[in-house]
Amino acid sequence: MHSEDKGWSPYLAGALTGVVAVGSVLVADKFLGASTTFATSAGMIEKLFAPGHVEAVDYFKKHIPKIDWQFMFVLGIVAGSFLSAITSKSFKLQGTPDMWARRFGADPGKRGMVAFVGGFIALFGARLAGGCPSGHGLSGVMQLSISGLISVAFFLAGGIAVTSLLYKGGE
Amino acid sequence: MTLTYGLITGILFGFLLQKARVLRYDKQLGALRLIDMTILKFMLSAIVVGMVGIQFFHDLGMITKLDIKTTQVGANVLGGLIFGIGWALLGYCPGTQAGALGEGRWDAIWGICGSLLGGAAYAEAYPFMKKTVLTWGDFGKITLPQVLNLNPWLVIPVFAVGVLLLFRWFEQKQL
Repeated sequence: MHSEDKGWSPYLAGALTGVVAVGSVLVADKFLGASTTFATSAGMIEKLFAPGHVEAVDYFKKHIPKIDWQFMFVLGIVAGSFLSAITSKSFKLQGTPDMWARRFGADPGKRGMVAFVGGFIALFGARLAGGCPSGHGLSGVMQLSISGLISVAFFLAGGIAVTSLLYKGGE
Repeated sequence: MTLTYGLITGILFGFLLQKARVLRYDKQLGALRLIDMTILKFMLSAIVVGMVGIQFFHDLGMITKLDIKTTQVGANVLGGLIFGIGWALLGYCPGTQAGALGEGRWDAIWGICGSLLGGAAYAEAYPFMKKTVLTWGDFGKITLPQVLNLNPWLVIPVFAVGVLLLFRWFEQKQL
């Protein structure tokens, strides 16, 4: 019988992630975070078409659109995940997640459209909140910051509310 | 060197995220549907270890600069809720969509494109937010031990015990 490779215990992998997070602060003075990179990368792309506009945007004076620690960190996540997946034979090309397909059908186009809209909303919200589950969730709560604790509570509140509507009465 | 550290840290983080199998839509939605708590097990384990480590090395003077984000209640609440809505639709968060792409789940590409546009839109909306939402309930860079006026070493064990009890409950309920 085919059984899906279950990977490592989430407790173990999580604890090791905590060690990595502390190591990063010790070695490079950097707390983990990911969402700023999507805004600054958008700024880098805009610079190609409208450099004058990017210079005039306040936000990009505060968060300079350039390749920085966090940009490399996000690229590293892609590489690290690929490395782990390939070496454990769990790499799988998939355009529609299983749970999504059971509920909304296997069409990757429909899934893609909702993922695009979701990505837009999520990033906008994360930037307004000042962080995402990495910046607020891991780094913020690790330091017991009030902003991290509040944000995470509302990440979950918003997420659970919408999910219960999406999957209401369904499998 | 900073860039190299970023890349190495990202590789380690991506590797561990993939090993814990938390990069998947099914796992993220599983948590939001309250049927599979793998992601919370992963995150809370990282948080407890990180919390102890950061405070320990801070006390030793080896970590001098903490990075507390400003508490702006309006922005944390509203931005948090908006993020949650997007998270439920996308089924990844900003960091995990990068990892999902790495393990072949290419629907993450659409999420990444949407995120870039969302980031651009926020940059445009920022002057408005700065005048409105970002001024609502601004308490500066505050932490729970500060607010409670307690030594962090009193708060951390209570947090850790709370997490362990939660883990025990997850295992009992097989979540």
